[in-house]
Amino acid sequence: MNSPAVRGVRSFASRPIDRAPGLITTALTGACAFLLILMFGVVLVDVLRHGLSVLSWEFLSQPPREGMTKGGILPAIVGTTLLTLLMTVMTVPAGVLTAIYLCEYSPRDSRLAYVVRLCVKNLAGVPSIVYGLFGVGFFVSALGSGLDGALFGGHTTYGKGCLVWASGTLAILTLPVVVVATEEALLAVPREMRDASLALGATKLQTIVRVVLPRALPGILTGAILAIGRGAGEVAPILFTGAAYYLPELPTHMNDPFMNLGYHVYVLATQSPNMDQTRPLLYGTVLVLLVISFAMDLTAFVVRSRMRAKA
Amino acid sequence: MASPNRHASFTLSTPGCGTLRAMAAAASFQRGESDVLRTRELTVAYGEKVAVKDVSLDIHDREVIALIGPSGCGKSTFLRTLNRMNDTVDGVRVTGTVELLGHDIYAKDVDPVLVRRHVGMVFQRPNPLAKSIFDNVAYGLRVAGMRDKKVLAQRVEDALTSAALFAEVKDRLHESALSLSGGQQQRLCVARALACEPSVLLMDEPASALDPISTEKMEELVVGLAKRLCIVIVTHSMNQALRVASRTAFFYLGELVEVGPTKELFESPQQERTTSYVTGRFG
Ligand SMILES: Nc1ncnc2c1ncn2[C@@H]1O[C@H](COP(=O)(O)OP(=O)(O)OP(=O)(O)O)[C@@H](O)[C@H]1O
Ligand SMILES: [Mg+2]
Repeated sequence: MNSPAVRGVRSFASRPIDRAPGLITTALTGACAFLLILMFGVVLVDVLRHGLSVLSWEFLSQPPREGMTKGGILPAIVGTTLLTLLMTVMTVPAGVLTAIYLCEYSPRDSRLAYVVRLCVKNLAGVPSIVYGLFGVGFFVSALGSGLDGALFGGHTTYGKGCLVWASGTLAILTLPVVVVATEEALLAVPREMRDASLALGATKLQTIVRVVLPRALPGILTGAILAIGRGAGEVAPILFTGAAYYLPELPTHMNDPFMNLGYHVYVLATQSPNMDQTRPLLYGTVLVLLVISFAMDLTAFVVRSRMRAKA
Repeated sequence: MASPNRHASFTLSTPGCGTLRAMAAAASFQRGESDVLRTRELTVAYGEKVAVKDVSLDIHDREVIALIGPSGCGKSTFLRTLNRMNDTVDGVRVTGTVELLGHDIYAKDVDPVLVRRHVGMVFQRPNPLAKSIFDNVAYGLRVAGMRDKKVLAQRVEDALTSAALFAEVKDRLHESALSLSGGQQQRLCVARALACEPSVLLMDEPASALDPISTEKMEELVVGLAKRLCIVIVTHSMNQALRVASRTAFFYLGELVEVGPTKELFESPQQERTTSYVTGRFG
């Protein structure tokens, strides 16, 4: 007589003691997740409650007036936009080309690639105020004053904080983000596709341009937009490299100083003679800054999902 | 033997893209030799590991030759030296010679890119590019510098027809190649290689990822194509070798053990190791 293949089971019901660890873990992790939402919510509600009423066409289209207690923030919006655009023009090509070198051209055990990667990692960890100091030392003092001496007869033209040097400083700050994102996007392109292209008689460059880059584009764009979003909100790197405390005129040249939203927030919050009068403006400025940041992140998200859907 | 002039003559060392097909037939080939590919004492190593040892093999015009042998014996490695795809792997060392239509393709001044335009390759897993069906087939022509839209369209149609795919895709040439079935994708990869009018087609287990019906179609295709060019096909199936290949080469541990007409190789192998393999004693 064969013994039955199935053992007898008294019950499939679980006891409370069996369920406890699961319940506790769920509660703990859930609470932490909830805390995150809570904090985000508090910030958002506070800013919206105080800032929304300040937003008006005047606020967005006028320079500050009367010791920054009245008027708007137009120069700061324009300054931030120009700064971010210039930074993008510098950082994205440099970052993408660096990543292409690392990923496609450098030999696997290349010394140079190792050093570059090490630099990128360390750059990402440098506090942003240090970038600010570097910007003054390298761009303003060395490069700017050198240019003045060579081209402008010693007349101070580029040897001061201004748009181009602040953008350069931010470009270096955001470079690691672009490099890392692009490298990841390139690595994600399957080897089979490169092989297909090469086996059909494409050169390495043709393969990169026609197969690898189009495939990696969503990832590259996402990284670029995140980098821009980060750069647009940074204050420390531009403190000494060109951001102006108060400057009602809009910047028109590369060597103009400029106002900036993040810096303006700092000024309104700490340097005002009359806090009660500036507080609404402060909230309005913060709101604009947040809206710009969120818009950037949202764009990154949309770009990514659009391109995913297409690929 | 039919005119060998259909083979391109070419300069493998021409820089830039140049024309795919030059005017005269390759000098040594014109003398009526029928070996399209000829390897001599070919040895390939990945770093310290020798994957192919001293292989000398002649591959004739318009034949299908199968490469068989246990996993890891160097079949793919050997195949990839024939179009210099191994150059793309870091740390590969190749010694010995590979002659394509009389030209040493490992000579110093040879551009591997030009070699690959004459030697098509189909991989184990279908690997269409994330482009339209049309653009996949036109890819090799375009990277070689062809711009004429009419000629491109004609060559694409011809290639798809040769790969027995045109009827199935003629109404959706501009849809993504990734929307095709696995079997269709693999035939697309064949069409894509054929569009460049190669002298040789290398196929690395082209049917191993396909269902039985697609496999049968692929085999019919291989047999049909052998009327136009020579095909080197790696396979793990002895039945497949019997069905498609006029000759078969048996590799073992990186060495070419024996090569001969497929039927003879399986029915009366000369070497002990071949006997063991074909009777299933190892591998
Ligand atoms: N890129 C590589 N780097 C290092 N060693 C490799 C590489 N590719 C293959 N090899 C080694 O070379 C030997 C031959 O490999 P190859 O892929 O040519 O075998 P194969 O006969 O095609 O096997 P299979 O039937 O499994 O496809 C193996 O021992 C393998 O481990
Ligand atoms: Mg293999």
